[in-house]
Amino acid sequence: MSQIIIYTIITLVAIGAAAAIILYFVAQKFKVYEDPRIDEVEKALPAANCGGCGFPGCRNFAETLVKTETWDDLFCPVGGNETMSKAAAILGRVAVEQAPKVAVIRCNGTPEFRPRVTQYDGAPTCAIAHSLYSGEGGCPHGCLGLGDCVVVCTFDAIHMDPVTDLPVVIDDKCTACGACVEACPRDIIELRQKNKKDRKIFVSCINEEKGVVSKQHCSVSCIGCSKCFKVCPYEAITMENNLAFIDSEKCKLCRKCVPECPTDAILEIGFPPPRIKEPVEESEINTN
Amino acid sequence: MNKFIVSPSPHIHTEQSIPKLMYGVIISLLPALAVSVWYFGIGMIITTTVSVASAILFEYLIQRYMLRVKPTHLDGSALLTGLLLAFCLPANIPFWMVMIGALAAVGIGKLTFGGLGNNIFNPALVGRVFLFISFPVAMTAWPEPGQWMHYTDAVTGATPLGLMKEGLATRTVGEIMPEVPSYLYLLMGKTMGSAGEVSALALLIGMLYMMYRKIISWHIPITILGTVFIFTGILWLANPDRFADPLFHLLTGGLMLGAIYMATDYVTSPMTGRGMIIYGVGIGIVTVLIRTFGAYPEGVQFAILIFNGFTPLINKFVKPKRFGKEVRNG
Amino acid sequence: MSLKTFSRGGVHPPEYKLSSGKPIIELPPPEVAVIPISQHLGAPAKVVVERGQEVKVGQLIAVAEGFVSTNVHSSVSGKVMKIDQFTDSSGYRKMAVQIQVEGDEWIETIDRSDDLVRSSVLPAEVIRKKILEAGIVGMGGATFPSHVKLTVPKGKTPEYLVINGVECEPYLTADHTLMMNRTEEIFSGIQLLMKGLGVDRAIVGIENNKPDAIEKMNQVVRGSNVTVQGLKVKYPQGGEKQLVQALLKREVPSGGLPIDVGVVVFNVGTALATYEAVMKNRPLIDRMVTVTGKELKDPSNFRVRIGTPVSMLIEKAGGLPGNTAKVINGGPMMGKALSTLDVPVVKGSSGILLISEGESRRKEVKPCIRCTKCVTVCPMGLEPYLLMSLSEKGLFERMEHEKVMDCIECGSCSYTCPSSRPLLDYIRLGKAEVGKIMRARKAV
Repeated sequence: MSQIIIYTIITLVAIGAAAAIILYFVAQKFKVYEDPRIDEVEKALPAANCGGCGFPGCRNFAETLVKTETWDDLFCPVGGNETMSKAAAILGRVAVEQAPKVAVIRCNGTPEFRPRVTQYDGAPTCAIAHSLYSGEGGCPHGCLGLGDCVVVCTFDAIHMDPVTDLPVVIDDKCTACGACVEACPRDIIELRQKNKKDRKIFVSCINEEKGVVSKQHCSVSCIGCSKCFKVCPYEAITMENNLAFIDSEKCKLCRKCVPECPTDAILEIGFPPPRIKEPVEESEINTN
Repeated sequence: MNKFIVSPSPHIHTEQSIPKLMYGVIISLLPALAVSVWYFGIGMIITTTVSVASAILFEYLIQRYMLRVKPTHLDGSALLTGLLLAFCLPANIPFWMVMIGALAAVGIGKLTFGGLGNNIFNPALVGRVFLFISFPVAMTAWPEPGQWMHYTDAVTGATPLGLMKEGLATRTVGEIMPEVPSYLYLLMGKTMGSAGEVSALALLIGMLYMMYRKIISWHIPITILGTVFIFTGILWLANPDRFADPLFHLLTGGLMLGAIYMATDYVTSPMTGRGMIIYGVGIGIVTVLIRTFGAYPEGVQFAILIFNGFTPLINKFVKPKRFGKEVRNG
Repeated sequence: MSLKTFSRGGVHPPEYKLSSGKPIIELPPPEVAVIPISQHLGAPAKVVVERGQEVKVGQLIAVAEGFVSTNVHSSVSGKVMKIDQFTDSSGYRKMAVQIQVEGDEWIETIDRSDDLVRSSVLPAEVIRKKILEAGIVGMGGATFPSHVKLTVPKGKTPEYLVINGVECEPYLTADHTLMMNRTEEIFSGIQLLMKGLGVDRAIVGIENNKPDAIEKMNQVVRGSNVTVQGLKVKYPQGGEKQLVQALLKREVPSGGLPIDVGVVVFNVGTALATYEAVMKNRPLIDRMVTVTGKELKDPSNFRVRIGTPVSMLIEKAGGLPGNTAKVINGGPMMGKALSTLDVPVVKGSSGILLISEGESRRKEVKPCIRCTKCVTVCPMGLEPYLLMSLSEKGLFERMEHEKVMDCIECGSCSYTCPSSRPLLDYIRLGKAEVGKIMRARKAV
């Protein structure tokens, strides 16, 4: 019996050794040379594989970073400046700093402001509703509320609010990868500059119809009256096609435009509420 | 005035729905159910009731508590799975085995794949094969027909196919045939076998009903039965001592039940007419091969499961005939 | 006669031809007409009138832009109030001319008498020119400019003219009414179209639920080179590919047009409009519209001026029933659901259908049970269950490979699906995306 065991062990060890040697030589022969720095750079990237950089996957982006000398157009929105400088350090390149951005939903058409005038009964995706008609609220630029943006987010940063029927972005989780911007058939979502304390001032409307028309659908639509444009001290607001646009890079968050808007289309997020003056007592007025 | 509804076209719909289709199949099984209760009595009633109730219950429990999805146990498909499972078991099988079979059928055969519409293998057959492999003795002891009030204590014996398989080791077909019930009895169902297998006539009536209600098309059942008939016919003509005649093969075993109810399961069968014919021919050939050359007396359950596995491949390559030929360079 | 039919697929929705046999009721012009400048496939026409201008019935208000486009005429007389964006049947705004109606003055060149003018010896080019000038488009609903269809591309030989009198959609009876009441004029129009196309054979296809129309047309065309063929009642027999296959056993190739098999198809309404344009100098300013629905007081067949608001039609048919849940422009299988009644009747509006919630509300969507019914009913031999699954996953290149562009959007698949899956919704989405891919490929 023990002889059988010895022969078995010898045979199996010999086969194993032969296989290992063959595999080693074949692996050497067919080895693909890859710049070892690609692995290092890839480790520095966030491994989200979201496509926000414009490349299919973090590995591909790492390869591009190694190949390219100047990095003017290369940026990872998920990792941000920190990741880019790490990668730059590995390769001895210069990373271009970019201001962080965040996705902003530029529509405020809640059922209170934009009453629903029809019931949609088709397949529950924005793409199909958009190609069918202007939507339950009637505004051809308004949010359809069916959640194509929610489905496509890989960072769990956007959810549908069941009361307002509008998407809500969680700023801490949003990496500005741009997937929701692509997914929205109405182009309601914009990547805007992120400010401290997540403060934002933006026009929550993209309706390009004349004011008279847009007010028929929604009471908080931008009517293109230009009052905001006139008071902005930093020339951050432009008017085009009956619509005001606040450039997030020029805006200094001075808040002068917000009370000017007659339809409350400009939203300010993250600011303390304005101080209300104390109402004057009746007895103090008539002091003659 | 309510708000108008807006949707893409079409704006009307037939009355057809999943429950209507499922209950149509269940109605078509009633003749076969009646016959098997007549022959197998209380055993059949217990087995059927336990199988159906367990299938529905397990589907509800698994969906509600394990998968956390909306339970769909009442849409008729669990009922149908339970009923078909009962039809391919011996009527005297202990009820706890039936429950295990139902759990395997619904849990493994259907819900692990993602529920209705996503399973690759016929759930009732998965349950049956599971029991067959787990409890081979109980699954091959077939009660004699006519034992009304006997349940687990029923007298058992071999099915005609079982007789044939064992007998052929030492005797010729001609010598075995007298022990097999007459063809009339086989047609009516007075033979040993699982509950649903026995009455070919009742099953054929059910098939005609389903075809009339447009629940199934002719392709699968006719192709399977035709292939078995032709293949066994060739074998029988070549050597009548070794191979039983085609009519014997058509009327015995689970072939009728399998061809009409198991192979025609929507989810696991091909989507085009030509695909269904390929599928039917394949099942027919494998069934005959197992019956005549294989180790088991009955092959239709395995044949169907094998070709369930082929269905995605058939769907990928066999497309319906497109309207209009391709325009060169457009 | 023996009935023919198309070979693949099809469904049998209940017919409900409630307005069948009702006479033509000619509606007066509305108080305000809104005439869109793009009521046809192809480039929108260019407006040639101004605000404040007085116009008469039949006057040209917008001119064709390019070859695949056509003219638009005023259907009323009055003053142009606004040239602006107006809501159309999709809820989106499109450019239209709004006219405040004053009186009913027509331009002098139009022959308004009822005398039947038999076909003359006008040459083909003149016929085609008059069709373009009159703004004739396909009146079955597709609204393809008719003069373009009559202009045969190089290398193709037309053999047959097919006239579509099928009207396979449930509820609609506009074509039936025309065939019963204006038969001689339709026959004359058919002969003009034959001349314009350059063929000497024509077949009129009519479904067998209109036996009186089959008989009347047969009487009128007797002895000529126009024949009438009865067809089995099956939806979508009225689709032009299915019609050509049923009548002539020729299948239009994938990605092609009927002219590829030597056939051109026109609706009976287009034939009538051709007669009016060529023989009476009357441009396309009105059309037959069926207003129907189970709860409607008076389902009717109206002769309506283009630009009339849908709300007026419903008033004239007895008013909006209280339980109306959907208002459809067209038939129940392929029509468009309206979000408001303030939209105008356009050249392609064949009917207005009012249905209740019970008849129209979609049921809950269940998973696909692979019952193969959608594959069985598809008249183009496609696999709707697969196309929907691919569309949901965004696999649009694969959809192109599965011939999604062959889909005629008839709706038979969604109609039949026992799981109430929105098959056609997703297939349409896929077609739009594949169209983008194909155009991008051509641009490279």
